[in-house]
Amino acid sequence: MATSETRLAGRILAAPSILLLLIWMIVPLALTVYFSLLHYNLLDGYAQSSFTGVNNFYYFIKDPAFLTSIWNTFVLVGSVLVITVLGGIGMGLLLDQDIWGQGPARIMVIAPFFVMATVSALIWKNLFMNPISGLFAWVSTSFGFTPIDWFTDYPMVAIIIIVAWQWLPFAALIFMTALQSLDGEQKDAAQMDGAPPISYFAYIVLPHLARPITVVILIESIFLLGIFAEIFVTTGGGPGLATTNLPFLVYREALLKYDVGGAAAGGLIAVVIANIVSIFLTRLVGKNLES
Amino acid sequence: MGKIVLKDIRKTFGDVVVIPGVNLTIEDGQFVVFVGPSGCGKSTLLRLIAGLEDQTGGHIAIDDIDVTDAPPAKRGLSMVFQSYALYPHMSVRSNIAFGLKMAGMPKDEIAKKVDHAAKMLNLGDYIDRRPGQLSGGQRQRVAIGRAIVREPKAFLFDEPLSNLDAALRVQMRQEITKLHQDLKTTMIYVTHDQVEALTMADKIVVLNRGNIEQVGSPLELYESPRNLFVAKFIGSPTMNTFSGPEAQRRGAATIGIRPEHMIVSRTDGDWKGTVSIAEHLGSDTFLYLDVPGVGPITVRADGEAGFHAGDTVYVSPVSARMHRFDESGMAFK
Repeated sequence: MATSETRLAGRILAAPSILLLLIWMIVPLALTVYFSLLHYNLLDGYAQSSFTGVNNFYYFIKDPAFLTSIWNTFVLVGSVLVITVLGGIGMGLLLDQDIWGQGPARIMVIAPFFVMATVSALIWKNLFMNPISGLFAWVSTSFGFTPIDWFTDYPMVAIIIIVAWQWLPFAALIFMTALQSLDGEQKDAAQMDGAPPISYFAYIVLPHLARPITVVILIESIFLLGIFAEIFVTTGGGPGLATTNLPFLVYREALLKYDVGGAAAGGLIAVVIANIVSIFLTRLVGKNLES
Repeated sequence: MGKIVLKDIRKTFGDVVVIPGVNLTIEDGQFVVFVGPSGCGKSTLLRLIAGLEDQTGGHIAIDDIDVTDAPPAKRGLSMVFQSYALYPHMSVRSNIAFGLKMAGMPKDEIAKKVDHAAKMLNLGDYIDRRPGQLSGGQRQRVAIGRAIVREPKAFLFDEPLSNLDAALRVQMRQEITKLHQDLKTTMIYVTHDQVEALTMADKIVVLNRGNIEQVGSPLELYESPRNLFVAKFIGSPTMNTFSGPEAQRRGAATIGIRPEHMIVSRTDGDWKGTVSIAEHLGSDTFLYLDVPGVGPITVRADGEAGFHAGDTVYVSPVSARMHRFDESGMAFK
């Protein structure tokens, strides 16, 4: 059969799914753009809504909570990335060692990744960080210290700990598999060259991990920009605005203030920011993936 | 200097005995080839000398200094690996310089040595490229360059040519031989290819299941193999061996005769057979014969002899070149 006919047939056959995907993406986006231009409060109903132009964007950005939430988002994402990448490399190195009970150890390390976000947040909130009945409180009082009230005094640190705990296994898993693919003869060659362990790590292992590190940063930041459940379950964005990130701010606009227009505008701003971050990251990753 | 002495070297992995006990002396400046079928322990033996594996028992001495427990870098040896094992994210220059840098040598001295090695191996054109951008032969050269700059007491080669194509293998074989003539440094070379062993070695060590079957120059091994294993392993095509009435007639359990030590004739000879396969190589023709009462025989005939499958031929072994073995497979002296 002629190739042009084959190609046409392929296009026709692929068209329905492409069309469906397009609708799937375009309709919510178009509706969000439309709502973002309306003065539309759920308490008044859609019938009472009116066109206000870019007022929603203006008020969302002018809201002091906006800058705080952006700052919080970056603090959260950045800290978790640093902890998971550094910790993940360390755990990957440990798991790569030939030790007794390697199999069970690996499964146990990966386990937190399978716990639902809400469940793990509740475990941390009630079993570990609770100032009266939590494990940390018990440890502190056993040594005669005053227990720390994590969610009141260090709410952001607490959230970072919880999220990092969830994502550390993912990073460790990726780095462990990357380490396993390191050529054994390269290790021998480095030994013959007399590289001490630290130089071996710095000159051979770390460059080998450059790609997995960029991949982990890329994937994690996409997910971490949208962290919501952990905050909702533990601090509810507080105290004050201490743990309100961008997704949580949008949620507040829509479901606590019933301001659909404001929430839609906030959502669009979040999309723009996420895109900026992802373009920046793919550039960075692309450079690393090329060579 | 580079004299290496192995004394009662043993290596076991759990219950598996890889090397039951090896004694070997390698003199300074020798080109020694460890050869044997795969799984015979030749690579393990090399890694033991390098210090990349820990011996279960025995001692290793380099230049009369006991290095049994010394780490690889302290033994003053360089190794070229089968997969080349170049560092993929470093340029050719950094790859070669890495060992010197780890040894804490000043920068200008490193640069001088790297340039010298690069000139010696003609690496100049791609000194700033990365290993991924090089062909197999070029990578092999870089790996050799990395070994040379450290000015080792001995070079260790672990099947370095097995990933190259046939033409390049011949070329690199000659380059390594040339390198040995120039540097006059001890070299230990591991291969399963007896052609490499015969062409390169001063001294061949034939290994089988971790045991040394015979040590000798290529010609010694060819002319007077100590046992059946060496007889059949060295030489291509393989030596013909017969046990049975033909052997008993000559007072041995097994007799062996190489394909090139038989006279082929169309009219008369000791054994009469039919050609089942004729391989024409141009210079030679290898004939695979079925000889009733003796068995299958391989013989070398002239390239122009014009034998074909189905022909009847007569072959006569040259009795002076006949090898005789007793029941345990050892050669009669």
